Amino acid sequence: MTLALMLEQLLNGVQFGLMLFLMSAGLTLVFGVMGLINLAHGSLYMIGAFLCAAVAAATGNFWLGLIAGIAAAAAAGALIEIVVIRRLYARDHLDQVLATFALILILSEGVRMIFGPFPLYLNVPDVLRGTVRLGVVDYSLYRLALIGFGLAVALGLWALITKTRLGIRIRAGESDREMIAALGVNIRALYTIVFALGAALAGLAGALVGAIQSVQVGMGEPVLILAFVVIVIGGIGSIKGAMVGALLVGVIDTMGRFLLPRVFATFLDASQAMGVGAALASMLIYLLMALVLIFRPKGLFPAHG
Amino acid sequence: MDSTLKEWLLNAVMVVALLLVPLWAWLANEPFIITLATRIAILALAGVGLNIALGLGGMVSFGHALYLGIGGYVAGIAAHHAFHGTTVLGLPGTNQMLPIWAIAMILSGAIAGVVGALSLRTSGIFFIMITLAFAQMGFFFALSWPAYGGEDGLPIFVRNQFPGLNTLRPWEFFLISYGVLLVALGLFALLRAARFGAALMAIRQNPDRVAALGITPFGVKLVAFVLSGMITGLAGALMADLTRFVSPAMMAWTMSGELIVIIILGGVGRLFGPVAGAAILVGFEVFFGGLTEHWKLWLGLVLLGVVLFARGGIIGLIAGRAHHG
Repeated sequence: MTLALMLEQLLNGVQFGLMLFLMSAGLTLVFGVMGLINLAHGSLYMIGAFLCAAVAAATGNFWLGLIAGIAAAAAAGALIEIVVIRRLYARDHLDQVLATFALILILSEGVRMIFGPFPLYLNVPDVLRGTVRLGVVDYSLYRLALIGFGLAVALGLWALITKTRLGIRIRAGESDREMIAALGVNIRALYTIVFALGAALAGLAGALVGAIQSVQVGMGEPVLILAFVVIVIGGIGSIKGAMVGALLVGVIDTMGRFLLPRVFATFLDASQAMGVGAALASMLIYLLMALVLIFRPKGLFPAHG
Repeated sequence: MDSTLKEWLLNAVMVVALLLVPLWAWLANEPFIITLATRIAILALAGVGLNIALGLGGMVSFGHALYLGIGGYVAGIAAHHAFHGTTVLGLPGTNQMLPIWAIAMILSGAIAGVVGALSLRTSGIFFIMITLAFAQMGFFFALSWPAYGGEDGLPIFVRNQFPGLNTLRPWEFFLISYGVLLVALGLFALLRAARFGAALMAIRQNPDRVAALGITPFGVKLVAFVLSGMITGLAGALMADLTRFVSPAMMAWTMSGELIVIIILGGVGRLFGPVAGAAILVGFEVFFGGLTEHWKLWLGLVLLGVVLFARGGIIGLIAGRAHHG
């Protein structure tokens, strides 16, 4: 086990974490502002990836595809909010879980009907091909760019929430939605905007990750569940919590899969160590989530005090 | 007509239909129909389990597939060792359903006890998420543990046996599943009518007032959660014997979702809600699955319609909004 390999895995963990952050940010905003648990967030991630792959294949330009993916996810998000989600804000969590579970079925089958049952492939843009030398390790330029992208979006989101009028309204909506409605803010429009913003971030994550994985129906759900783990660890409603949670989950999951089989190999025979190590590594983040909930039932950074 | 009476009539129709349809299929030599009826009975049984936690106790467990999977793996592992004549933890395997059911229920009850004790410290969305997290742990454990098939799953070469019946005959295996379902429904009805059920439903509505009356909500909810896990675990053992196959997919989060869907389609907290829901789900899959490969789209639309416009599920739609605890 060399230092270079360790460093590469660590960077992979950070990259994975930042992509999870893009997913989690929307999810946690929607929960914080509207009190809604949205299982269909993974479907928006899938829509972003599919549109990006389709447009990139048609035009030969990754960046056009990326814009199309973000726009499609945002539009789908706004449409879903207006047609379905709006009716769920006053309902209990059970109804929200079920209705958005139904949306997953509808959106997954819808995408399968339009794009067919086979996965699409999305190529890394030419300027980001190849590797770059980082001290002891040759690291994929595209993955490095994903890290940069993730950080830039996080910074932008922070600026949006803390510096702009929209951000003030979003934060006000989190603390007291009746009061800001009484002050004359169009709360319905605000909810649609917040939902579309979260959808756009999910679409962006899907499109970016689509270039290093295959783009297929059902790609959103594993990420969705990880994003839930992230926001529960971070504290639901907290963007800062989502950032910390996403990095924790990304790094722990990646490093666990890398290190645990090697640790077990020191005292078990090779095949057994692989099995035990892999089994434990895949459970690690859920264990972390359970521990956080047991000791800090509201997450690491509770949004409402 | 009085809505309670309507619901009873509807329940009676379901009990008789679930017996008569496979009986007809048996006489007409249509084993596929019998298998479908068996699937409905077993899914309904799993739903009865979840209905204790969710319907009576208001605990939205998004991880009940875990217990289904535990029951399934108990049946699979016991049969695996019995078939190969090997031992597990020093014990021989078995191909007898009765001991398998006992172990499945004890094990899923024990794990439900641990999961419940930890999860019930939280509530609302956190409870939903932590139960999901525990089920995902089980799912990934089963997926990556190579000894019992891992990702590929574990086949049961010969269906486990039940004294006095030949389980290889679909009709006789159906009777076993149907009988277990009726017993579970009877237990559910007894539980709901008992003081324990009254306390559980009162806690769902107002835990603080129940606590003020001297009942500890945590203990009551935990016992209900354990019972709930045990019944769903039993359903898992039967399900494994029906398909003669166990795989991590039994613990997948979509399965947990389907169990909730079954209860909601039928009607939350209603005695026969899971039976109606399982019949609708299986019927939908077979009927629309035969018409279009995109049947899940239509299932999604129906589910969305039920959630948005038909609270109380199909029984509520037919029998009216009977007050049910």
